[in-house]
Amino acid sequence: MITDIRPAPAPAAGPVSGPGRRRRVRPGRLGLHAFLMTVSLAFLAPLLLAVYASLRPYEETAKYGYFSFPRHLSFDYYRQAFTDSGMGKYFLNSILIAVPGVLLTLFLASFVAFSVTRLKMRGGLVLLMVFTAGNLLPQQVIVTPLYVLFTKIELPYWMSDSMTMYDSYWAVIAVQVAFQVGFCVFVLANFMRTLPIEIIEAAVVDGAGVWTRYWRVTLPLCRPALAALGTLQFTWMYNDFLWALVFISDGDKLPVTSALNNLRGQFFTDYNLLAAGSVLVALPTVLVFLLLQRHFIAGLTLGANKG
Amino acid sequence: MAQSSSGHRISRRTLLRGTAIGAGAVTLPAVLTACGGPGNEVKMGSNASDAVPRKAFAEVFAAYEKKSDKKVKVNTVNHEAFQEGINRYLKGTPDDVFMWFAGYRMQFFAEQGQLAEIGDLWKGFSGFSDALKKQSTGKDGKQYFVPYYYYPWAVFYRKSVFEQHGYEIPKTFDAFRALAKRMDKDGLDAIAFGDKDGWPAMGTFDYLNMRANGYDFHVSLMGGKESWTDPRVKHVFDLWRGLMPYHQQGANGRTWQEAAQSLAQKKSGMAVFGLPHPGQQFAAADREDLDFFPFPEIDSAYGQDAVEAPIDGFLLAKKSKRQKEGKELLKYLATPAAEEIYLKRDPNNIACNDKASASSYNALQKKAVELVSGAKQISQFMDRDTRPDFASQVMIRAIQQFINKPDDIDTLTKDIESQKKTIFADS
Amino acid sequence: MPLTTARRAKRRGPRRFTSRDLAVIGVLLGIPVLLDLALVWGPTLASIGLSFTSWDGIGDLHWVGFDNYRNLFTEYPPFWPAVRNNLLWVAFLGCVATPFGLLLAVLLDKGVRFSRFYQSTLYMPVVLSLAIVGFIAQLIFSRDQGALNAILGDKSHPVDWIGDPDLNIWMVLLAAAWRHTGYVMILYLAGLKSVDPSLKEAAAIDGASETQSFFRVVLPTLRPVNVIVGVITVIEALRAFDIVYAINHGRNGLELLSVLVTDNILGEASRIGFGSAIAVVLLTVSLGFIVTYLVQELRGEKKG
Repeated sequence: MITDIRPAPAPAAGPVSGPGRRRRVRPGRLGLHAFLMTVSLAFLAPLLLAVYASLRPYEETAKYGYFSFPRHLSFDYYRQAFTDSGMGKYFLNSILIAVPGVLLTLFLASFVAFSVTRLKMRGGLVLLMVFTAGNLLPQQVIVTPLYVLFTKIELPYWMSDSMTMYDSYWAVIAVQVAFQVGFCVFVLANFMRTLPIEIIEAAVVDGAGVWTRYWRVTLPLCRPALAALGTLQFTWMYNDFLWALVFISDGDKLPVTSALNNLRGQFFTDYNLLAAGSVLVALPTVLVFLLLQRHFIAGLTLGANKG
Repeated sequence: MAQSSSGHRISRRTLLRGTAIGAGAVTLPAVLTACGGPGNEVKMGSNASDAVPRKAFAEVFAAYEKKSDKKVKVNTVNHEAFQEGINRYLKGTPDDVFMWFAGYRMQFFAEQGQLAEIGDLWKGFSGFSDALKKQSTGKDGKQYFVPYYYYPWAVFYRKSVFEQHGYEIPKTFDAFRALAKRMDKDGLDAIAFGDKDGWPAMGTFDYLNMRANGYDFHVSLMGGKESWTDPRVKHVFDLWRGLMPYHQQGANGRTWQEAAQSLAQKKSGMAVFGLPHPGQQFAAADREDLDFFPFPEIDSAYGQDAVEAPIDGFLLAKKSKRQKEGKELLKYLATPAAEEIYLKRDPNNIACNDKASASSYNALQKKAVELVSGAKQISQFMDRDTRPDFASQVMIRAIQQFINKPDDIDTLTKDIESQKKTIFADS
Repeated sequence: MPLTTARRAKRRGPRRFTSRDLAVIGVLLGIPVLLDLALVWGPTLASIGLSFTSWDGIGDLHWVGFDNYRNLFTEYPPFWPAVRNNLLWVAFLGCVATPFGLLLAVLLDKGVRFSRFYQSTLYMPVVLSLAIVGFIAQLIFSRDQGALNAILGDKSHPVDWIGDPDLNIWMVLLAAAWRHTGYVMILYLAGLKSVDPSLKEAAAIDGASETQSFFRVVLPTLRPVNVIVGVITVIEALRAFDIVYAINHGRNGLELLSVLVTDNILGEASRIGFGSAIAVVLLTVSLGFIVTYLVQELRGEKKG
C-alpha cells in the first residue's frame, strides 16, 4: 500500500541524531555532498561561461577568445538586449501564451487522467493510448495541415484581428494545449494509479459527485506530480518558438523566443549580446521553478496528509 | 473522510476569474487595433531584424511618410524566420510590399503567381544597369523586383600583412596558388575558411565555376539544366582540391566569424567573403587595414568579368489590396535619394542606383562600387541562384562532404546529380 | 479498463453517474479529446496521407504512391545517418542519462542540507532556450576558441569536436544528457516523494543495506514512474531536435530525423510530401518502441 504520508522529515537512511539536526558529519554524508557539489558545478560550468561572456564586449572576446581573463566587465549588454530587441512587449506575449496554456493543460489532462484511472469507464485504456501516442511525433510534422486548418477557421474580429484563427494567440494556445495534454495525461495517469482507491471510494459512499471526487479528493494528492509537470510545461511552452513562428505572422505578436532571434543579425551576431538576452529570457522559467520547487523537494511537506 | 489539503486551495472562482482576465487580455489588443483602421497606409514586411538595418530602414520610411503624407506600417520579423516562413506568409496575409532577394529565389515565387508585376514602374526607372534589370525579371520576361542595395564578394586581406611579407595581389589563379604556398611557408593559414553554417563556401565554388567555365554555364548549372557529372564541373572541384591544403583545416567546425577573426588576428592571409562579413570582426581601429581584391582569373576567355553580388530589394505581393499605394512606395524606394538615406547608416552595402551619391561611403564601399560597375555579369550567390531546397539540402551537405574528403570527386558529383534530378523534377 | 480499479474493487456495486456527473464528464473529457483528435491526430493522419503525395504547399497535390519512400531510402544521403544517430540517442539517454537522473534523485531525496541548491543547478540546463544552447556548445566545443580545447592545450593539433563527423555526435549526446538528466530527476523526485518511508524503515529493520532496500523495495514501487520515464526517454530521443539544430543545423554527422523533417517541411521550397514521409518513418519507429514497452509493462502489471 502506498500512501502519501510523511510523518517525519528524515528518511530512514542511517542513524539520525535528533529530529532534523545533524551535528555529527558522517564521512558518508561528506562524500555525498562532495559528489553532488561536483556534479552541480559541472552542470553549472557551461552556463557560467555563457554568463561570463555576456559581461564582456564582443571586441574583447573576438581578440582574446572566450576563455580568457576579463579586461572589461559590465552589464551593458543586458540593458542593450532588453531595449534593442523590444523584450518588454515580447515578454508579455509569452506570458499570454504560456500561462493560460499551462493552466488549461494541467486542468484538462488531470481530469482525463482521473477519468481513465479512477472512474470505471469502458475504453479507458484505449483513451490513454490515444493520448500518449499522439505525442510521439515531432512538432514539425503536423505544421502544414494545422496551418491549412487554421486559415480556414474564421473568428470574429474581437477575437482575432486577422479574422481567422491563423495569426492569433488562440491558435498557438490551442495547439500547445492539444500537444501537451497527451503527455500530461500519460504522466498523471501513471501517478494516479498509485493513489489509494479507498479514499475515493469513501468519497463516493459519502455521496460525492465526479467533480468533487476529482477536485477535492484526487487532485490535492497529485500535488508533487502537478508541480513537477507545471514546471516542465511552463518551461516548454515558454521556450517554444516553433508554434508561434508558424501560426503568427504579425511581428508584434511573437513571443520572447523570437525576440531573441531579433538579436541575431543577418550577418553579424554579437554572441555576447545574445547570451545576455538569453539569460534575461530564461529568468521567468527559473522563477517558476524556484516557486514550485518546494512541492517536489525532498524534506518537509507543509501540512500532513492523513488518510 | 475527505482529504484536507493545505496550500493547494485554488478556489473555482479564482480559476474562472483568472481565465476571464486572460481571455480579456488576449482580445483587448485586437479591439484596440480595430479602432485604428487602415486609412492611408501601406504595410511593409521587413526581415531587417537586427539593430543597424532596422534603424536605417526606419529613417527611409519616415522620409517617405513626410514626402507622401501616407503611413508606412512596418512588420518586422527575424531574418531567418522570414525566409523560412515565406511560403506561409505569401499564402496567408502578406504585407503589401516586402523585402526579398533578386534572382531565382524571386523568380520561383513569381512563377507561382504570388508576386505582382511592375513592368510599368520599370519603364520610369533610371539608374539601374542592364545586369540589375535582368536579375529583377521573372522567367516570363516581366519585371517584379525593385533592387535596393547589394554587396560584392571578393577576396579580403589585411594590407599590413601583405606589406609586411611583401605579397602582391594575384591576378591569375596560378599566382593565387603560388601566393597561398608562400603564405603557408611563412607560417600563416593561407586562406581562412569557416563553413559550419554551410553557405560561406558557396562563394568560393561560385567564383571558381564562373572563372573556369563562364557565367552562362554557371547560371545554367544553377538552374538545374546541366549535369553535375559534366567534366567541367569536376574540373571546378579539382581546382578547389588543389587549393584545399592551403585552406584552414577543420572548416566544418568553424563559423565564418571565427574565420574572419583569424584574419583580424593576422593568423591567416586571405579569405573569400562578402563585403559585410569581415568588418564587424575587426576592432574598430583595425578596420582601415582591411582591403579586398577580385577573385583571380582562371580562363582568360572569361577573365574577371563576372562578379558575385547578391541584390536585396522589394517585391509587391499579388494578394495585396493596396496595389496603388504599394507601387507608390516602390517608386520612391527606387530613387537614389531613398538609397542614400539607408546607406548613410549601413556601411556594409552599396546602392543599386548608380545615380546615388557615394559621398558617405567608406574606402571599401567605394572600391566595391568600382568592382560591381565594371562587372559584365552579376551572379546572386548560390542560395539565391538556384532552388532554395537544392542549395540548402543538397549543396551545403555536398560541399561539407567535399571539405571532409576532397579526393572523392566522382562519387560526390554523382550523388549531387541524382539528388538534383529528384528535386528539380518537382519544378 | 483501468487494471488497478478492476483488481482492487472487491465489490462491483452499481455505480451510477448523476446527470450532473455526466455533464461534467462530457465537457471536461470532451474538450481534451476533441482538441487531441482535431489538432493532433487529425493532422497526423493527414500527414500520413500527404506522405504519398508530392506537394509544395502552394500548388496542386500530386499522388506519387511510394515514390517518396523509395527516394528516402535510396536517394537521400542524410537519411541513414539520421536513423543511426537517433538510435544512438535512444541508447545513450536510456543507458547513461536516465540512470544518472535516477541516481541524483535518489541522493537528493535523502534530504541533504543544500538539496534546494543542487536541484536548482541540476535543473538549470532544462530551462535554457535554443539560442543559448547553440552558443554554449560553441563556447565549449569550438576548435579554435572553445573551452575544452583551451583546457586540453594542444595548439598544434586541436581536436575538432564539432567539425569531425565521427566525434561531434558524442559531444552532442553529452549536451543532450546534460539537459535530460535534470528533466528525469524532477520526475523521479516527485515519484520518490510518494514512496512510503515506512517501507524503507521496515526493510532497514529487516537488515537490508541501502542499495538492497533501494533495488528491492523502492524501485518496484516506482514502477509507474519508471514507465513514464522510459517512455519519455524514448520519445525525447526520437524527437531530438533543439541542440543539433542550434549547433550546426543538423549536418556533417549530426543528422537527425526531426531535422530532416523540418528541412523539408518548413523551408522555402517545401517538399511537404517528402517531409511527411520522413515523419511517418519516425512515427513508425516511435510507435514500435512505445507499444512494445507499454504492452510489456501492462502484461507485467497483470501478473504482479
